[in-house]
Amino acid sequence: MKYELVAGFETHVELSTETKIFCSCTTAFGGDPNTHCCPVCIGLPGTLPKLNEKVVEYAIMAGLATNCEIAGIAKMDRKNYCYPDLPKAYQISQYDKPLCQHGYIRLSNGRKIRILRIHIEEDAGKLIHNHGDTYVDYNRGGVPLIEIVTEPDFRSIDEAKEYVERLQQTMRWIGISDCRMQEGSMRCDVNISVRPEGSEKLGTRTEIKNMNSITNIAKAMEYEYERQCELIESGGAVVQETLRYDDATGTTSSMRSKEDAHDYRYFREPDLVTIAVPRERVNEIEARLPELPGQKFTRYTQTFEIPEKDAAQLTKYRSIAEYFDQAIEGLKSPKTASNFIIGQIFRRLETEADKEAFDVRTTAKQLNEMCRLLEAGKLKNNLAKKTLEQMLDTGKPVTEFISESDMAGLDENTLTEYCQNAINAMPAAVADYKGGKEKALMAILGNVMKQSRGRADAAAVTAKLKELIG
Amino acid sequence: MGQIKRIHEMLQSGAITCTELTQKYLTEIENSNKELNAYITVTPDVALAQAKAVDEKLARGEEIGLLEGIPMTLKDNISTKGILTSCASKILTGYKPIYDATVYELLQKEGVVMLGKTNMDEFAMGSSCETSYYGGAKNPHNTDHVSGGSSGGVASAVGGNLAVYGLGSDTGGSIRQPASFCGIVGLKPTYGAVSRYGLIAYASSFDQIGPITHDVEDAAIVFDAIAKYDDRDSTSRGSEPTLPTLHDEIKGMKIGIANQYLNGVREDVKAAVLEAAKSYEEMGAEIVYFDLPELEFALPCYYILAMAEASSNLGRYDGIRYGYKAEHYIGTHDMICRTRSEGFGKEVRRRILMGTYVLSAGYYDAYYKKAVNLRGAIVEAFDRAFEKVDVILAPTAPVTAFKNGYLFGEETDQLEQYLSDICTVPVNTAGLPAVSIPCGEDSEGLPIGMQIIGKKFDEKTILNLAYKYEEKEDKFKETKWGVKL
Ligand SMILES: [Zn+2]
Repeated sequence: MKYELVAGFETHVELSTETKIFCSCTTAFGGDPNTHCCPVCIGLPGTLPKLNEKVVEYAIMAGLATNCEIAGIAKMDRKNYCYPDLPKAYQISQYDKPLCQHGYIRLSNGRKIRILRIHIEEDAGKLIHNHGDTYVDYNRGGVPLIEIVTEPDFRSIDEAKEYVERLQQTMRWIGISDCRMQEGSMRCDVNISVRPEGSEKLGTRTEIKNMNSITNIAKAMEYEYERQCELIESGGAVVQETLRYDDATGTTSSMRSKEDAHDYRYFREPDLVTIAVPRERVNEIEARLPELPGQKFTRYTQTFEIPEKDAAQLTKYRSIAEYFDQAIEGLKSPKTASNFIIGQIFRRLETEADKEAFDVRTTAKQLNEMCRLLEAGKLKNNLAKKTLEQMLDTGKPVTEFISESDMAGLDENTLTEYCQNAINAMPAAVADYKGGKEKALMAILGNVMKQSRGRADAAAVTAKLKELIG
Repeated sequence: MGQIKRIHEMLQSGAITCTELTQKYLTEIENSNKELNAYITVTPDVALAQAKAVDEKLARGEEIGLLEGIPMTLKDNISTKGILTSCASKILTGYKPIYDATVYELLQKEGVVMLGKTNMDEFAMGSSCETSYYGGAKNPHNTDHVSGGSSGGVASAVGGNLAVYGLGSDTGGSIRQPASFCGIVGLKPTYGAVSRYGLIAYASSFDQIGPITHDVEDAAIVFDAIAKYDDRDSTSRGSEPTLPTLHDEIKGMKIGIANQYLNGVREDVKAAVLEAAKSYEEMGAEIVYFDLPELEFALPCYYILAMAEASSNLGRYDGIRYGYKAEHYIGTHDMICRTRSEGFGKEVRRRILMGTYVLSAGYYDAYYKKAVNLRGAIVEAFDRAFEKVDVILAPTAPVTAFKNGYLFGEETDQLEQYLSDICTVPVNTAGLPAVSIPCGEDSEGLPIGMQIIGKKFDEKTILNLAYKYEEKEDKFKETKWGVKL
């Protein structure tokens, strides 16, 4: 029998606010153990949390970027459990009134992955085991997190991979997290079950934790899918449990069964007041949100007719898209700039990190100037590639690499002569133009360009033609 | 004139230096604390250093503030930097906070002299101060009786004049009941009037710090100094000053008496409160009798919610970072279990267990959720009552101070301890302010107290009414203890 995979994601994303969620300690990664701490984030008796407004704002941004509804009223709750990395013995989180709900992320195959909710909470500290002793480092305790929970909408591992990439791209894009899985600033738990193809009923699911890269997520899901299929095929049943993925062996092993599941005894956090999010605030945050990768992709492919493959590359990181947007200002053909970026500039950026940083000697403005000269015919097509290489090597503007005569274009007398020639040669087009057909002028302009072998400036020719025709 | 103003004038005029005054109190504590057991920690070094600073200021001929140089005490659940803050629990053995509570910061700015930290029921859970790991504080009117709880140490110290005033905390009556047992004044402010930052939590949505004082004017002075908005406490708001209107006429005010508040109250206590009502009538106030049936639900509602919050608040005492840690254990889990079993007293363990139970899956709806809804109903009932009356007059406790050991005696029902809070908890459940003042004494000479309950953030009206009664009737009675000035 063939089995269909059904999966859902719970993703923790560390927010890159400067200070922690309930105190003013730094959120900087690393630092000597317990140096980024204060009485509040180590939960000393008598201390009280104070909600960092930036955290609410960032979570709303995440919600807006994933098409969520933003709650007008939200509250914080206590999630009680006892573990040495949790100094208050409860985590301040959100239970039944999360900030964001009912969103979605659309995948390239057109399917929507529904986002059930996004809520804010505090991170825990970290246990350090050393020679049989255990130590606690609370530097990470109180770092703000959002938890993004999807519906069980994934049907393939490719979809899962694309979702994680999209999520990472979007959160980085809007600047609320660096989403580094290796450093733990993005952590994914996957719920996974299988069912006979065509069945509507959900199978028993397991939850996999501890995967620190997209590759591992894919491997773990692959392993768990096969394991569940084989189990069912051999007449067994899947047991609801939490599994830990082991990177070294590529297998999963049981962490705890359903019976051992915590009773978190959620109740409203009495030390914090209700979070009111007026509609105006959401609107204001929405207005400040940058154009998102999906929106840019649509614009590039539909308005500029850039191929989807290229548009995907241009929108992978915000730095590239913003460079591109600056480089195409006022250009007739944005595709030219796109080709330069993907063809020539990318060759100089070897790693993904290089691409994300997009540290290029030629500024977007300089590329723009070059493209303008190209369109004006002052830079010859056959020289463009070499010129850009020189610009990228030196960081100097395009004008450094163009001859004076090319830059100068046509003198006034020659321009008038060529224009008069064209008018004389194309009486029909002139008549059409006089009759109100604006387009006819383009044909006459083409004739002038041909005579000048591309050296004439289109704007100057148009002005001269209009003057002569009257 | 109130005690604080009287001492202030002595200091300002040079009749006594602040160091002499402080030394007098320290000596009296030295002499009497063995018997009253009001203090857990005495801080002579802190007190004398603070006194010296006041004397230097006086020597320069400067004016001092009303609270400047006045010797006072803090309940031992209010955090003081570098000074043991034990909550009268074994589990906080040796715990010296690294920061000061906001109220202590505010009072330090006023230049107060802090004599030490006072006794209480363990984690403020109790009505007699007897759940203290250090043994209960005794009633200065008769040491065979308890001081009340949970702020029994402050009440014993102020009642016995081992401090001019003190700050206590009131979660279900813990300021008002011991104040009434010890024949002094206790103000439980509106929830949010005083910052809780640094107050070691029992039940966060009920806890409130307030003054326990010799007289009403003192309560007003101290309240005005601490009722300030604090950025570190999201639930804090501050409140209006009460001193400017303290002496106002009360003619025409409507004082409500809810019949349910008198149910189950001992006859002599009831009589004393009704006598006080008469006194108010003589001053031109109008007495309105009315029903408040929701009061019946206040006690179970309070205990469910307070225990639930406590079970969460007290989870952090695990022996890992501070305080007591079990000596023998195998592994982390065993260490935490043993530390908590050995470090918490019986009453605290009971409340943690019950609180955990009412929040558990399967019981949440039947207990916690129901109690939250009831709380809403009680708040609304008080709102409706305050459409008709300005304040509500009620006994502070159904009885006078218990005999030592009575609440935990063989023949005493466990419920009786909880029932003794029946008059005080509705105020905490609704987040209202209330002041307890003495209004008589029983046949054994033990004080009877009554409370005046006000609208939210209307401390000025209840203190004004309390002041007028005190001015007319003055039921304060000296004890044999403490500093005589
Ligand atoms: Zn901190």
